[in-house]
Amino acid sequence: MKEDRVSMLNIATPEGVTFSVPLAGPFLRSAAYFIDLFALLAALKILGYFTGFLQLLGDAGIGLTILIQFALMEGARMACELFWRGQTPGKKLLGLRVMDERGLKLRPSQVVVRNLLRFVDMLPFFYALGGAVCLFNSRSQRLGDLAAGTVVVRSVKSSPPDVEGILAGKFNSFREHPHLEARLRQKVTAEEAQLALHALVRREELNPAARVRLYEGLASMFREKVKFPEETVFGLSDEQYVRNVVETVFRKRDVGRSA
Amino acid sequence: MIADLKTFIEREKPHWEELEQELRRVREGLADMSDLVYSRKLLSLFQRASSDLARIQGYSAEPELKSYLETLVGSGYAEIHSSTHSSRRFEPFRWFFRTFPQAFRRQVWGFWLSFWLTIAGMALGAIIVAVDPTEGREVAFGAFPDHAATTPSQRVAAEEGAGKHDRLAGHKATFAAQLMQNNISVTFRAFAFGILFGLGTIVLLFYNGVILGGISLDYIMDGQLVFLLGWLLPHGSFEIPAILIGGQAGLVLGRALIGWGTSHSLRTRFRKIVPDMATLAGGASVMLIWAGINESFFSQYHAPVLPYWIKITYGTLELVALFWFLFRCGRSQEERSV
Repeated sequence: MKEDRVSMLNIATPEGVTFSVPLAGPFLRSAAYFIDLFALLAALKILGYFTGFLQLLGDAGIGLTILIQFALMEGARMACELFWRGQTPGKKLLGLRVMDERGLKLRPSQVVVRNLLRFVDMLPFFYALGGAVCLFNSRSQRLGDLAAGTVVVRSVKSSPPDVEGILAGKFNSFREHPHLEARLRQKVTAEEAQLALHALVRREELNPAARVRLYEGLASMFREKVKFPEETVFGLSDEQYVRNVVETVFRKRDVGRSA
Repeated sequence: MIADLKTFIEREKPHWEELEQELRRVREGLADMSDLVYSRKLLSLFQRASSDLARIQGYSAEPELKSYLETLVGSGYAEIHSSTHSSRRFEPFRWFFRTFPQAFRRQVWGFWLSFWLTIAGMALGAIIVAVDPTEGREVAFGAFPDHAATTPSQRVAAEEGAGKHDRLAGHKATFAAQLMQNNISVTFRAFAFGILFGLGTIVLLFYNGVILGGISLDYIMDGQLVFLLGWLLPHGSFEIPAILIGGQAGLVLGRALIGWGTSHSLRTRFRKIVPDMATLAGGASVMLIWAGINESFFSQYHAPVLPYWIKITYGTLELVALFWFLFRCGRSQEERSV
């Protein structure tokens, strides 16, 4: 297991595979802390209305109020991290999560230790010690994290690229010319086909100007390989041209024959 | 390198989605991991996703797919490899009566060190009071200036003179809650300060000892030993050991940080002691709840309302029971597991 300087934690599994988890930096963590602080203050305020009634019960009510407030101050974060799989409201909102530094499930004892050591991290004022340790630690761990063996990571919400979705349901004018499609399949190399596919899969990641330039270059490359009749390509944008090429190349042959 | 990414995704996607779905079931507690057939199926899905990730890793042109597979393999790894560790549900009774005393005994060196640090502090406190009772009293009762201005005999006379008048009437629960809050906070601090190479814990324990030693000798020198025992024992028999246990957890933490007596790496050292530290801190908190109740509802009542021999006997029995609990409870299970 090793970590690099671009805030990624690399974990090697016994299966021989290494996966990376993006670490949360001190500034993102501070933002989550402030959100939690406001949430806690709001919860205390709301609780104040409830405990107002409790105090009407007299001594027992006041005692209970003190204990509830104390439990909330000391235990709210712990409870959230325990029951929300390493998340507090602030972390949830910013897409952060506490996890074991070895990639395993977070254990309750780790949650307890990292939260109890918060007191030292807060010294001498406003998380100065914890913040300083976090800044100089390659895993952005504060003292509580170091002792508990935890890290705060950014949750990556991802799904496999929807290749089928990109190509499905689109009219492909090239299909009217099966012999030209066959020639195109012969002339386009596997690397070129993959390149065009990636250009479509990652369409949303490109800024508009870069996207236009990329599709323009790819389309002109494919236009050189096989000349389709003018009426087939008339009005086709560069992106549509590339999409047609990819659909032609990757289409299953039996589908192609039935179409 | 994957020659045909589209075919690869089409072929593997159903397996990834199945793994995602099964992992969700495991997380929600709906899957039975003790079922060998099911576990094998889950493992095979995980290994398949791992192998897909290994294939895609050499292929830098597909970051989205790589990121997806890394997330999938990461959550699979957490669920599958963590299940080899204890995944038993938390049982409070079992935790307090078995796990806690066992953790205490595993790290008992820390308790004895806490104890002797407190004793050293008590000796210093006693010396300060013995050398100059007036000055010493000011040191010992720094937080309570009213007490510093009176002698123990005067305080005892005032307490006993109150007779049947209950000073805490209508405030007992509030007082108990304040005591619990304060003592639990102090115990947590004693533990947390251990991260400063144990020095914070040492200072805190020693300082507590100075106060305790100073007050104790002040009462003894004034001939109020019986009152002192009757006042301290009912709640102190739990409160003081609880703070010592908090200190024990802090010293365990400090030792792990220093790495004294072990060749393990810092991370390994911490990993080994985290469960014990959390258990000790939690166990001490439970003890302090009991101490708070005792202090509020029992300790503050003196003769003639409550004879001292009852208070002292009660406190002594508590102390004996506590030490039996800490040193003997859960021992048979421990021996069996060894």
